[in-house]
Amino acid sequence: MSQHAVAPVAGADLPTIPLRELAPWALFFGLLGLLVLFFISADQGAVSIPSGTLIHEWVHDGRHLLGYPCH
Amino acid sequence: MSPRAFLVRGLLAGLLAGVVTFLVAYSVGEPQVGAAIALEEAGDGHSHSHAAEGGEEEAPEVSRANQSTWGLLTGTLAVGVALGGIVGLVAAATLGRLGRLTPGQSTALVTLIGFVAVALVPFLKYPATPPAVGSGDTIGVRTAVYFAFQALSVVAAVVVAYAAVRLRGRFGTYLAVVGAIAAYLAVMVVAGELFPTVNEVGDFPADTLWFFRRASLITLATMWGVLGVALTGLVIRLYAAERAVAERKALAASL
Repeated sequence: MSQHAVAPVAGADLPTIPLRELAPWALFFGLLGLLVLFFISADQGAVSIPSGTLIHEWVHDGRHLLGYPCH
Repeated sequence: MSPRAFLVRGLLAGLLAGVVTFLVAYSVGEPQVGAAIALEEAGDGHSHSHAAEGGEEEAPEVSRANQSTWGLLTGTLAVGVALGGIVGLVAAATLGRLGRLTPGQSTALVTLIGFVAVALVPFLKYPATPPAVGSGDTIGVRTAVYFAFQALSVVAAVVVAYAAVRLRGRFGTYLAVVGAIAAYLAVMVVAGELFPTVNEVGDFPADTLWFFRRASLITLATMWGVLGVALTGLVIRLYAAERAVAERKALAASL
């Protein structure tokens, strides 16, 4: 309610994107982004998909320097 | 101003952030990673090379030269692009919904809150550890508590931001924003006390640990800083271009 009350004062021309229009983008690319983050940050540490250590070893330094738990 | 326009700009800003973060991480962070690994190999601590565990002298799966260059670049680029896409879509969702903030201002605020909630606050509770600190036996627990704390931080930030926007009309911007920040801090301080402490530092040298953690924080700040600055700049340009088109249309219609 408050944003509708405020909008006409100075931001009458502020654009918004309808959430209905945004939802499919957020769902699909949000999940895709989280999947990428999982493979870089945590895969083959606590959980391994696929098994092995190649992904872990390859992104090892990035994992340490970006603050993710690693060993 | 469409979801697609924000996504594309987020991915582009994230790509740039990934490249810059690689350069910073390589020049500031890698010397500290190297120092930690040198300490590890000099001491009789747990072996870091997983292939060499059990006393075998096998070659590691990925060489140090690859880990510190192409491997690091892979990590920073992928994280940069993924974060960029997500932050771009969040900026699209907040567009025109954060009081009177313009598209550029709301985008900048989203990335600032993102840095604090996703990177800075989790870092304060579970700081980055160099190679040689952190047991392979506890990686499951450490991963679980880190991501749980990070998820709680993000949820708390989203909830208080939403509450601030909703309560702004009743209490005014000042009280709503101060109350939201105080509520977020209260939740995270209490959670920080309740969440288990991870301390596997042992007799690892304090100076090397601090230099590594400082480098890690600089790396994270670079990632979010470049992402925020680049995305904000792109959104400002997008908005200006759309306004110019709208004004031209209005002018044409008035003739």
